[in-house]
Amino acid sequence: MRIKSQKDFFSGLMFTVVGVAFAWGATTYNVGSGARMGPGYFPLMLGILMAIIGLAIMFTGLTVETASGEPIGKWAWKQVVFILGANLAFGVLLGGLPSFGIPAMGLIVAIYALVIIAAQAGSKHALPSVLALATVLAVGSYIAFIWALKLQIQVWPTFITG
Amino acid sequence: MELIHNLSLGFGVAFTGVNLLYCLVGCILGTLIGVLPGIGPVATIAMLLPATYALPPVSALIMLAGIYYGAQYGGSTTAILVNLPGESSSVVTVIDGYQMARKGRAGPALAAAGLGSFFAGCVGTLILAAFAPPLTELAFKFGPAEYYSLMILGLIGAVVLASGSLLKAVAMIVLGLLLGLVGTDVNSGVARFSFDIPELTDGIGFVAIAMGVFGYGEIIANLSQPEEDREVFTAKVSGLFPTKEDFRNMLPAVLRGTALGSSLGILPGGGALLAAFAAYTIEKKTKLRPGEVPFGRGNIRGVAAPESANNAGAQTSFIPLLTLGIPPNAVMALMVGAMTIHNIQPGPQVMTSNPELFWGLIASMWLGNAMLVILNLPLIGLWIKLLSVPYRFLFPSIVLFCAIGVYSTNNNTFDIWMVGAFGFVGYLFYKLGCEPAPLLLGFILGPMMEENLRRALLLSRGDWSVFVTRPISAGLLAAALLLLIIVLLPAVKAKREEAFVED
Repeated sequence: MRIKSQKDFFSGLMFTVVGVAFAWGATTYNVGSGARMGPGYFPLMLGILMAIIGLAIMFTGLTVETASGEPIGKWAWKQVVFILGANLAFGVLLGGLPSFGIPAMGLIVAIYALVIIAAQAGSKHALPSVLALATVLAVGSYIAFIWALKLQIQVWPTFITG
Repeated sequence: MELIHNLSLGFGVAFTGVNLLYCLVGCILGTLIGVLPGIGPVATIAMLLPATYALPPVSALIMLAGIYYGAQYGGSTTAILVNLPGESSSVVTVIDGYQMARKGRAGPALAAAGLGSFFAGCVGTLILAAFAPPLTELAFKFGPAEYYSLMILGLIGAVVLASGSLLKAVAMIVLGLLLGLVGTDVNSGVARFSFDIPELTDGIGFVAIAMGVFGYGEIIANLSQPEEDREVFTAKVSGLFPTKEDFRNMLPAVLRGTALGSSLGILPGGGALLAAFAAYTIEKKTKLRPGEVPFGRGNIRGVAAPESANNAGAQTSFIPLLTLGIPPNAVMALMVGAMTIHNIQPGPQVMTSNPELFWGLIASMWLGNAMLVILNLPLIGLWIKLLSVPYRFLFPSIVLFCAIGVYSTNNNTFDIWMVGAFGFVGYLFYKLGCEPAPLLLGFILGPMMEENLRRALLLSRGDWSVFVTRPISAGLLAAALLLLIIVLLPAVKAKREEAFVED
């Protein structure tokens, strides 16, 4: 059998798998009955419903003819890695990872790291302009979040402020 | 007059110096972010929400309402000048607005959008003020069965309006409902689907979902497309004011748009998007006056009508939220989240237990609209400058603001990991052609639906027929069914698909 719409087929597959996973997870809680719904009742119902809808979507993906085959196309792994990596680096530097013995470096360092890593996801990323952007954002964030909104965020690395 | 009394109470609250200031700040921030291409109101509000945490509830909601309107206005500016709808409800504005801009008539187009929206906003606010009390009365008659049916109707309504596949939209809602259930079950205290992660027992933060899916997901999707040269009309926006002829054409369009928008906005699942589409379709059907520019080539009515309609709809979509506590669309779902953060349970009791907040918010909506007209028309030059900021500077900034914003919610890096994860999920949805807005709606409604279902079935001793034997509940379900049938009719189905791929 040929897949007629990749997008439909694989999204249906995703919904089915996630639905089954939720329904299966729900059975580990007390399901109860209609009059006395346990914590598993509603998620079990929804999980089954989602799995059925997912199957229906997969079915349309296999049967309904589309002009282009609705291909999913290439994944933008570079962008995914750099954007999510920037986010990850920001979190690690801002709060540190005590379980891995990584100290908190504070907001300013985290901003520079985030901007530099995130910028790699774009097509143009000359270092001077990226650093300029990071500086502007660091100063702006300091003024907006620390000075004006008084958010409780560590600004400088732990080993400087102690 | 009750209405006058209520409104004066509201204006008393809104007209304090502090609240005026927050309203203004909200409008400016909203416009500032909303004007940036590729960032819709949902992402804007999610991003700016943490800025309101420290404020008292009334001020926070006033500021958020300001942000919402600002984002809407900003979106139409982008639509007209860059041919890029900043938000789904200005998709139709693009058609004629951009053509006007190309003919050097960007000024009148912007003015038509601004003035039309302002007028619509005034009417919308009045309708909201007039309809809220009786609807609240009605809401008190609602039992759990009615609420459950109403939510079904709301969700079906939202699905019908989502672009693309109906089945996928339903699946996204169910997924949202399921994600909303993650965390400690209020009745049994069981931590569901939390994998022994302490942070997850409080549930998934809706800010993390909104920012991840709508912020990061969109950025990745935008960056993965080849860079195209955007044509921005930064050079000459001269002659801001429409001519007399423009006004003559605009006026009936604004009136029609407002009427349509106000009524569609109240419907569950309605709101700005449907209103704009319907208004444009109606304008297209009305006869052209002699000498008028045809639609699609820069007709001012094609800008004025959808813009008035989406603003009126934006206004009246607050009605189901404030009276019933049920968000009719993704933006309102965010407002529910914001209210919960400030310990306000949205619903009919807000008006009676917290009249200052209720009427203050309504009054501030009008103020926000007024401020936007004052702000937007003279400052248009500034917004245009913003439009010329290249995306390579924008997207790292957006990533940063999302990360800082979500961190400040709980001062916990766990939320940062969650945004990252949902960023990937958002990109996955984009790749698979799944529209994410219904997910957010489902997410907010998940716990509410479970609670009402549980109560309804408890009262009926497990008898499911309670949903069809109670008249209001049966009516609501019938309406939902009718809506589904209408959309599935072959003729309507073809039209709907056509409407969402408007040339």
